[in-house]
Amino acid sequence: MADSTTRPKMSPRRRSELIRYVLYGLLVAAAIAAIFFADWGRIQRNFFNIDSMREMLPSVVTIAARNTVIYTVASFSLGIVGALGLALMKMSSVKPYKWIATVYIELFRGLPALITIILVAFGLPIAFGWRIPGGTLGTGSLGLAIVASAYMAETIRAGVEAVPRGQMEAARSLGMSHARAMASIVLPQAFRIIVPPLTNEFVLLIKDTSLLFVIGTTPLTKELTKFARDFMTTERNATPLTVAAILYLIITLPLTRLVAQLEKRTARAR
Amino acid sequence: MLADATTHAIDVRQLHKSFGALEVLKGIDFNVDPGEVVCVIGPSGSGKSTLLRCVNRLEEPTSGTILIEGEDITDPDADVDSLRTRIGMVFQQFNLFPHLTVLRNLTIAQRKVLKRSEEEADSIARAVLDRVGLSDKIDEYPIRLSGGQQQRVAIARALAMKPDMMLFDEPTSALDPELVGEVLDVMRGLADDGMTMMVVTHEMGFAAEVADRLVFMADGVVVEDGPARQVITNPTTERARQFLRMFGET
Ligand SMILES: Nc1ncnc2c1ncn2[C@@H]1O[C@H](COP(=O)(O)OP(=O)(O)OP(=O)(O)O)[C@@H](O)[C@H]1O
Ligand SMILES: [Mg+2]
Repeated sequence: MADSTTRPKMSPRRRSELIRYVLYGLLVAAAIAAIFFADWGRIQRNFFNIDSMREMLPSVVTIAARNTVIYTVASFSLGIVGALGLALMKMSSVKPYKWIATVYIELFRGLPALITIILVAFGLPIAFGWRIPGGTLGTGSLGLAIVASAYMAETIRAGVEAVPRGQMEAARSLGMSHARAMASIVLPQAFRIIVPPLTNEFVLLIKDTSLLFVIGTTPLTKELTKFARDFMTTERNATPLTVAAILYLIITLPLTRLVAQLEKRTARAR
Repeated sequence: MLADATTHAIDVRQLHKSFGALEVLKGIDFNVDPGEVVCVIGPSGSGKSTLLRCVNRLEEPTSGTILIEGEDITDPDADVDSLRTRIGMVFQQFNLFPHLTVLRNLTIAQRKVLKRSEEEADSIARAVLDRVGLSDKIDEYPIRLSGGQQQRVAIARALAMKPDMMLFDEPTSALDPELVGEVLDVMRGLADDGMTMMVVTHEMGFAAEVADRLVFMADGVVVEDGPARQVITNPTTERARQFLRMFGET
């Protein structure tokens, strides 16, 4: 207390200027250190190895990236159907439906996705001696869809509840049944609200397909991450990771940009 | 007696409605005859909207009976959806479907509920839209219309079902003062054409001029019910006198 009254105070503007100089200074120091001390040749050989890249093409695109997209689309399609059902159950006035949906949603949002995938791929066959048809595509997509549907159900429910109550009432007052009003009036409006968060969910799914490595995929059913990891062991460098990363970004970046656009549009429409 | 032989359009008997512990309607007896225009007035919170919403069962009555043209809409086995097609409803907040054009707002229930053909639904939509004076807005989205225009579209949407009666819940309360007139004009036209109407409103001038009967509600009961001019100029209860004084009398 005594100090602050005796010491002449620095003006706020002067102080923020000073802080900015310090931050720039640190950045320049870090850049100089990186240029002088990093082993650039080594980085280039290990992360951007042209030979390794040549080895991976074209199969990294025609098999791995393709599989990633297929698994994503399959689990998303399956998941959204399940999510719609779960959301409607959760909003149902029939109590048991509500409970079942709540338990499902809480359970699969609470567990690591990996556990669910292992459960579907190995738990079910051990327990019932019965395997999900469709190989990696069937088992993997189902596992991911189970997890995704739990998340998307909550997104859909939030979207439906964001539609003003007067919409349902107006529809009912015109003689529409609850189901008809839901399908023709409420869901189409909810859909506009939930497209951005669902697109986000899609991006998350793209990345979650990397969990399917646990299923032990064959050369033709590998997705990007598994494909890259296996290449790393043969190539003995990290370039496959770089290639996979770039491919992931090529797929996800346009989508995240799209989400930003959609969100801006919905914000404007309100 | 002759009066017994005619069926009321709306016949509310001993209607009670509670929200939890709050009793909002405390035994309402009330009716509207075919072709009659009844305005319901009363202080805020007296249960006017609740009564109106019970009539087409948007609100579930706690007890009592409501007959629509003699059919019990409160019967658990009643076909509420089909009864509602005979009861047009207009809300304070318009509640147009924002994702549909004006035309689609007017045709969607005709098509999906009444199963009218597209041509029939379209031509009915054009006719009612013409009636509310908005033919030129047929392809607009609701958001592009003024409040008064939106409410007129909402009236047209209800009319497109060719209902036997119309319920209005403070149709002009959400409007800027200069837009009230155009909506009241449309309603006056409906009344002149013989539409059965139950109108919750604060527009005393409209009530005095258009209503056949005026019902004054307070605290969940009907306090006065009589010819509009008589209730306005010569209310029998102190409660109604007080309330009407606020409007500076007509
Ligand atoms: N869904 C509901 N849940 C709980 N209470 C409600 C509900 N709807 C209405 N109420 C209560 O019932 C009472 C009557 O409401 P109502 O809307 O029928 O009054 P009103 O006469 O239409 O008033 P206003 O002129 O303000 O529209 C109020 O106290 C209100 O808070
Ligand atoms: Mg009200």
